[in-house]
Amino acid sequence: MSLAALLAGLDSGAMSARGATEDALSRASRAAGLNALITLTADAARAAAERADAARAMGAPGELLGVPYAHKDLFCTLDVTTTAGSRMLAKFVPPYSATIHEKLDASGAVLIGKANMDEFAMGSSNEHSYFGAARNPWDPDRVPGGSSGGSAALVAARIVPFATASDTGGSIRQPAALCGVTGIKPTYGRVSRYGMIAYASSLDQAGVIATSAHDAALALSVIAGFDPRDPTSVDAPPIDVSDALSMSLAGLRIGRPRQWCGEGIDSGVANAVDAALAIYAEHGARIVDIDLPSSEHAIAAYYVIAPAEASSNLARFDGVRYGHRCAHPKDLADLYTRSREEGFGHEVQKRILTGTYVLSAGYYEAYYHRALKVRRLIANDFARAFNEVDLIAGPTSPCVAFKLGEKLADPVAMYLADVNTVSVNLAGLPALSIPCGFSDGLPVGLQLCAPWWQESRLIGAAHAYQRVTDWHRALPPGIA
Amino acid sequence: MLATIGLEVHVQLNTAAKIFSGAATAYGAEPNAQACAIDLGMPGTLPVMNAAAVRLAVRLGLALGSTIAPRSIFARKNYFYPDLPKGYQISQFEAPILIGGGIDIRVGQTNKRIELTRAHLEEDAGKSVHDAFHRESGIDLNRAGTPLLEVVSEPVIESAAEAVAYLKALHTLVRWLGVSDGNMQEGSFRCDANVSVRKPGEALGTRAEIKNVNSFRFVEKAIDYEIERQIRIIESGGKVVQETRLYDAQRDETRSMRGKESAHDYRYFPDPDLPPLILDSALIETERSRLPELPNARRERYQEDLGLSEYDSAQLTQDRALSDAFESVIAASAAPAKLCANWVLSDWQGALNAANLTIDQSPLSAERLGGLVTRVHDGSLSSKMAKQVFEAMFASDDSADAAIARLGLKQVNDIDALAAHVEAVLTENTTQVAQFQAGNQKLLAFFVGQVMKRTQGQANPAQVTALLRDRLG
Repeated sequence: MSLAALLAGLDSGAMSARGATEDALSRASRAAGLNALITLTADAARAAAERADAARAMGAPGELLGVPYAHKDLFCTLDVTTTAGSRMLAKFVPPYSATIHEKLDASGAVLIGKANMDEFAMGSSNEHSYFGAARNPWDPDRVPGGSSGGSAALVAARIVPFATASDTGGSIRQPAALCGVTGIKPTYGRVSRYGMIAYASSLDQAGVIATSAHDAALALSVIAGFDPRDPTSVDAPPIDVSDALSMSLAGLRIGRPRQWCGEGIDSGVANAVDAALAIYAEHGARIVDIDLPSSEHAIAAYYVIAPAEASSNLARFDGVRYGHRCAHPKDLADLYTRSREEGFGHEVQKRILTGTYVLSAGYYEAYYHRALKVRRLIANDFARAFNEVDLIAGPTSPCVAFKLGEKLADPVAMYLADVNTVSVNLAGLPALSIPCGFSDGLPVGLQLCAPWWQESRLIGAAHAYQRVTDWHRALPPGIA
Repeated sequence: MLATIGLEVHVQLNTAAKIFSGAATAYGAEPNAQACAIDLGMPGTLPVMNAAAVRLAVRLGLALGSTIAPRSIFARKNYFYPDLPKGYQISQFEAPILIGGGIDIRVGQTNKRIELTRAHLEEDAGKSVHDAFHRESGIDLNRAGTPLLEVVSEPVIESAAEAVAYLKALHTLVRWLGVSDGNMQEGSFRCDANVSVRKPGEALGTRAEIKNVNSFRFVEKAIDYEIERQIRIIESGGKVVQETRLYDAQRDETRSMRGKESAHDYRYFPDPDLPPLILDSALIETERSRLPELPNARRERYQEDLGLSEYDSAQLTQDRALSDAFESVIAASAAPAKLCANWVLSDWQGALNAANLTIDQSPLSAERLGGLVTRVHDGSLSSKMAKQVFEAMFASDDSADAAIARLGLKQVNDIDALAAHVEAVLTENTTQVAQFQAGNQKLLAFFVGQVMKRTQGQANPAQVTALLRDRLG
C-alpha cells in the first residue's frame, strides 16, 4: 500500500497504526531471507504505534502519524544500535539521535528497524555489509544495489511504505533503480547531516526511498529543512509538494546527455529509458540532446575526493572511546592497528588507504587538488546545461541488478555502476530515480536531475510520468 | 653568532563555550564532565562555529594591525593520538583569519617592532593523564574543543630577552582586550619557540622547535640554553639537526623529542563540514568601535601628557584593571598624576599584594583613593599621616575625609595658631635659644620637634621650620 493511501486510511479510521505496524512486521518476518534489516525494533514499534493511535484519537497532529518506516543504519537513533553496516559499530548504541530521526519521531512515524547497507555506505551492491548482503526482491540471487540496498529492498518488498537512505555517489538512486522503486537524493544542504554517520561529508546527502514520487515527496518534506546543528545545511524555500503534484509536462525541456547514454549502457536499459523519454515527449516535453563533457572524469574525481574525506572521517574509529576495540592491545600502535584492521572490512580499508595516499605530501596537488578542479568543471557543465533545459534525464544505472558476487572481484566494474550518478553528487544537485520498465525481467531506473533546490520540479516530472505509467506499481514475484 | 627566533603562541580564547560545540570551557571540572558528543567525536556529529571565538580573534587582529581575512578556511590536521577524539584537529592552514600585523616592544633602551606572520583559529586537543592509573593512561577530554588562536611571529626575534618582551607585550594585550584570561598555569597562553643560529652574513641556520614552554622565565632559559647548545655544535664543527625539543625546567636544558624524519605528514585539507568563514565588514567595524585605548598608546600618553616616568608608565599599563583604576584615581583626585601614580603603584598595590587580592577585589575603591591623594596634595595630611589614613580606609568604607575625622588627624596649617605654638616653645627653652643664636644650628630640629609635640604631630613641619627661621632671624 502506498504511503498516501495509508495516510488516507489512517485519517478515515479504516486503518490503525497498530494494524499497519503489525502488517509491516509480519511482512518483514516473511521476507527475512532478503536480509534487508540489521536490527528489528518490533517492541518499540508496537509501543510507538499504540501511542500514534491514541494521539490520532485525541486529534493530535503529525504528518506521518502511525506510518511504519525503516532507517538506513547510518542514522543515529537514541538507544537503538546503529552499525553503519560495520563490525566497528556492531554494538554501538548512540546516546543521541540524528536530526532526521527527531523529525520523523515528531511526525509520529513508527520505526520498525534499521536497514542493511554497505559498510559506511561504501559500495554499490550491499555486499560490503558486515551483516551479509541484502538481496533483491526481484531475484534473491541478485544484488539490491548499494549502498542503501536494505532500504530499497524493504520498499520493493512492500515491507514499509518508505525508508530513509543516503546518497554519496548514487547510493539512493542506484538501489532504487535496481529494485524498481523511487528514490530521491535532494540538493546538498536540503536535509541535515547531523547524526548521519559520515562517509564523504561534501557529498553525503540524506533522502528517501518510496514506491512513488508522491510518497517520496511526502516523506522528504518531513525530513528536509535547515538545521543549526549542521553548518552545511541551507535555509532554502521548502518543497511545495501539492504544487509539484499538479505540474504539467507541457513545454518542459528535458536534456539527454550524450555522455550518459553512450557505450557501457546495456541495450535493455537504454531501450527502457528511450521509451520513457518518448512518453515525456508524448505529454508535451521537449527532449534535447546535450553535452556534459567533463562527466567522463566524474568517477575518477569521485574516487579521489570521497576516499580522501573518508580517510579523515573514519579516523575517529580508533578503539579508544567507542566501537570495536581489539583484545589485549600490546601498546597504542597495536590498539589502533588491530582495532581498525578487525573493525573495518576490506572495501573500507581500501578507501581509507586510497584517501590517505591522495592527501599525502607530494600527492595532494596531483590527486586531491586536481580532483577538486574536475569537480568544479563538472558543476560548470551542469550550470551551462541548465541554461538550456529544465531537467536532465538518462539511465540511473548502466545495467540491471547483477548477480551476487558477479562484480566483487572486479572493483572497476563495480565503481562503474555509479557512472551516471556520481557527477550529480559532485555538483550537489537534486536527482531521483523512478522505475521505467524492465530488461530481462529486472527493473530499469530513469534518473532525472534538476538545478539546485528544484526538488519540486523533479517530483512534479516524476509524478506526471507515474500518473500515466504503471512501472512503479509492478510487484516483485511473491509480493502482494 | 646571531640567533634567530620565531614564536608560536597558543592563546586560549575567553569564551564560555567551546569553539565548535556548546560544552563549557571552565577550567578544573571533573575529567570528561565538560565533553559533549561533538567533543568526543561521536559518529555523525558536526562542528558548529562559535561566533564569540571569531569576534575575539577579530578584536585581537584589529589591535595588532593585522589584515582580517574576509574569507578564511578551516582545515583538518590529521594525526592519531588518544586525546585527539576525531583523529584530526580542526585548524586553519592555507587561509587563516588574521594575516600580518605586529607588536612594538622595548628591550633596554631600544624599540623594536615584532612583525607577525599570521594567526589562525583552531580547537585544542584533550589531555592524556599518565600518572593516575596503574599501567594505564587516562584521557580527559574537557579541554578538547577549547578555542585557540595561534599567533605566529616572523623569525625576527634576536635574543631570549626580546622573546620575553614580545611574549609579555602579547600577554598584556590579550588580557587587556579580554581576548584571553592569559592564565599560564592553566595553559591559556602557551608558547613554542623556533630557534636557529648563524654566522653574520650567512643564511638562516637549521632550526629546532622547543615545544610548550609555559612561563616567561622558562622561555628565557630554554632559548638561552638552546642558542648556546647550537653555537657549541657549530663551533665544534657539527651540524644542528631539524627536530622538536622539549624544555626540562628541572635540569634547565632542552631534550630531543622527535626528529624531522619522524615528523607527521598531517595531510591538511579543507574541512568539508565547515563552510568558509566569511566576515562581513559590519562585524569588523563593530569590534573596531569597541576597541579600548591600547596599552602602548596609553603608555605613551602617560609619559608625554601626564609626565610620568617611563618606568611608572610601563608599570601602569601592564594590566588593564590596574590602568583603568589609575585612570579613575586621576579622575577622582585634584592631585597631579605623578602623585596619583605613586599612590597606586606603591601603597595601593603593596596593600593588595600583601592581602593577596587583585585590583578588582580591592576593598578600597579608586574613587576613595583619589580623595586621599587630594588631601595629601592640598597639604591637609603629612605623608606619615596619609599612610595611617590609607590603612584605615583600606579596612573600612570611609571616605578620606571621614577617615581623617575619625582618626583626628588633620595637619595644622593655620599660621597664627602655629606662630603661637612657636612662641610658646621659644619661651620655654631660653637656654637652647641662646645656644642656637651662638651658632648651634642643629638645634632647629629640636625646636621643630617641640612644636610637633605640642600639636600632637598635626603641624605642617615645613611651615613650622619657616616660622622658626623667621622668628630666630
